[in-house]
Amino acid sequence: MSEQMSETNAPLIAVVGNPNCGKSALFNALTGLRQKVANYPGATVERRVGKIDNTNLTLIDLPGSYGLEPRSADEEVTCQVIKGKHATEQKPAVILSVVDATNLAQHLRFSLELRSLGLPIVIALNMTDLAAREKIKIDADALSKKLGVPVIETVAVRKKGLDTLVSALTKALDAPAPDQMDIGDSVRQRQKVARKIASDATLSEGIGHKTTRNLDRILLNPIAGPVILFTILFLMFQAVFSWAQAPQDMIEGGIGALQSTLVNTLSDGLLLSFLNDGILSGVGAVIVFLPQILILFLFILVLESTGYMVRAAFIMDRLMASVGLNGRAFIPLLSSFACAVPGIMAARSIANERDRLTTILISPLMTCSARLPVYTVIIAAFIPNNTLTGGIGLQGLVMFALYGIGIIAALIVAAVLKRTVAQGQADTFMLELPKYQAPNVRFVLIGLYERARIFIRRAGTIIFVSTALLWLLAIYPNAPTGSNQPDIAYSFVGIIGGWLEVIFAPIGFNWEISVALVPGMAAREIAIAALGTVYSLSGSEEVIEAGLVSVLNNAWSLPTALSFLAWFIFAPQCLSTIAVTRRETGGWKWPLFMVAYLFALAYAASFITFQVATVLLT
Amino acid sequence: MADINEGTLLGNLKVGYHGQIKGFVGQNAAASNMIDQLREMGFSEGLDVSILHQNPFGKDPIAVKVGSMTIALRRREANLIEVMAS
Repeated sequence: MSEQMSETNAPLIAVVGNPNCGKSALFNALTGLRQKVANYPGATVERRVGKIDNTNLTLIDLPGSYGLEPRSADEEVTCQVIKGKHATEQKPAVILSVVDATNLAQHLRFSLELRSLGLPIVIALNMTDLAAREKIKIDADALSKKLGVPVIETVAVRKKGLDTLVSALTKALDAPAPDQMDIGDSVRQRQKVARKIASDATLSEGIGHKTTRNLDRILLNPIAGPVILFTILFLMFQAVFSWAQAPQDMIEGGIGALQSTLVNTLSDGLLLSFLNDGILSGVGAVIVFLPQILILFLFILVLESTGYMVRAAFIMDRLMASVGLNGRAFIPLLSSFACAVPGIMAARSIANERDRLTTILISPLMTCSARLPVYTVIIAAFIPNNTLTGGIGLQGLVMFALYGIGIIAALIVAAVLKRTVAQGQADTFMLELPKYQAPNVRFVLIGLYERARIFIRRAGTIIFVSTALLWLLAIYPNAPTGSNQPDIAYSFVGIIGGWLEVIFAPIGFNWEISVALVPGMAAREIAIAALGTVYSLSGSEEVIEAGLVSVLNNAWSLPTALSFLAWFIFAPQCLSTIAVTRRETGGWKWPLFMVAYLFALAYAASFITFQVATVLLT
Repeated sequence: MADINEGTLLGNLKVGYHGQIKGFVGQNAAASNMIDQLREMGFSEGLDVSILHQNPFGKDPIAVKVGSMTIALRRREANLIEVMAS
């Protein structure tokens, strides 16, 4: 991270503006893909920096803010950087204040505050195309004269006005700071000054955004609104599982081909075992979820880009508030169905620390895609493929119930956490509902690229290291010659599994399950591959899955299988989730708490399931 | 706040209400901090305000049109805003 911090000796231009002013679109249009995204050290705020082509101008896209008084961790960073008080960021040379032309009176107040910081400033009057469509007429020259700073009309999404903007920014580098202006010392006074200037420069007030009004009448309708939201969510999950099938098969095929190539080229030995059974099957088991994650994020980014996502948060706020959460928690929790890691990172948008913490702690209860292979195998082996009345399949119903129990448990846990460890003042819910827009392709593509990059890097680092470690623990010490048990029984993993068996016996887990849970730490779905190893199966994942169904059917009792399913609803073991929670909460306290409570819930749920099922079924 | 008529607080009104912002009410530090936040979001004296939508599951939060923007907020915060007929 340090090399990314020190690369900018070139003058820095801070891009600042209200949320929804089109700031990030303008930043993306100016810098394209020549941008670097990192985290501020010790903070959970993303740092976006990019260079403008053919210039020495470096832009930094600061989190959207409504004023110089920070209201969240994001806004804190914005304020520190533009005041030159940030620990690692150089003071910007110029401020680029982005203003929504359709909301000039409101956004101009922040520009006035920025103007008083004593730095050269350029104002981008953005979204002028939308303003024209709403019949808003603004005299940019008059505005520029009143403010004494350059005002450039731009349309970020169509790349209009960018050349003029770049030359104004270049000129501003050598320009003095604007003269001081009396803007008052309260928000109220500054608001008044801004409204006066805005109305003087506005030639025509406009008619408002008709499409948005009409769409909201349908999408926020008391009956149609929730129906549409749940339909979108349903379609999203359908897409995640059906569209992802083909690319997932391709990735699995590719990994399989790689493994057979290695078998043919390398001699049988430690290196082959390390590459095939350790790295490829471990890292491969995680990479295979990339298509599902990208499809989920495609939906999320498109919904965000159109302006619908905040409406979804508005509709969900009441339900979330009933367990002490905020409508904003809806987006991170939705992401957690693909994987808790991006979900936990998305919780950054929640300003209230306690709410953010609660959201992070319950996100592993959203059934992530890594649990699907486990559910699929166990359901296929133990739940009869009956059709109930109404044409509902029993297997599908069990799958649905497993998701449902996870969600209900999350709500209960949230309610309990808000009354105990995450106590605090109730948070507010205050969001601007922006105008609807056609999805911005660039925004969606950059977002997807970012997600893929983060996910692959994770697979290449933490998953890589932990699978390598687990591989080592699974082959040492070697089995004695002439042993009649699988080799893994004599390894450290087998020994640890033996200890765990004592703990897990009351919930119906045998030694084989206990052993499989150890490598399952790296990623939950590895538990299936590990069961295959323990039951001496080998071959491709499909062969293992097919083989396991019949093996397990003979080896496990039904209560054990149900108990195993119950365990995976809570499944405390996932190193990536623990790692990202540690990073996002800044310490070991909360990840340890999370593991402990998930373990307790998993154990209790499995214990009850096993004991009740044993009484009822045997 | 005995002199404030409850019926003129934005958070107590129904969908379809249309009026003008008269001012902000609230004495303690938390309230005045929240009022600053409301101002920063775009609420201001004299602006036209109308309640466009409410949450389908419990009438709270509400979506309010103020000036040229639409803002979603909970009724508790909306009750810091006093309105009058326009």
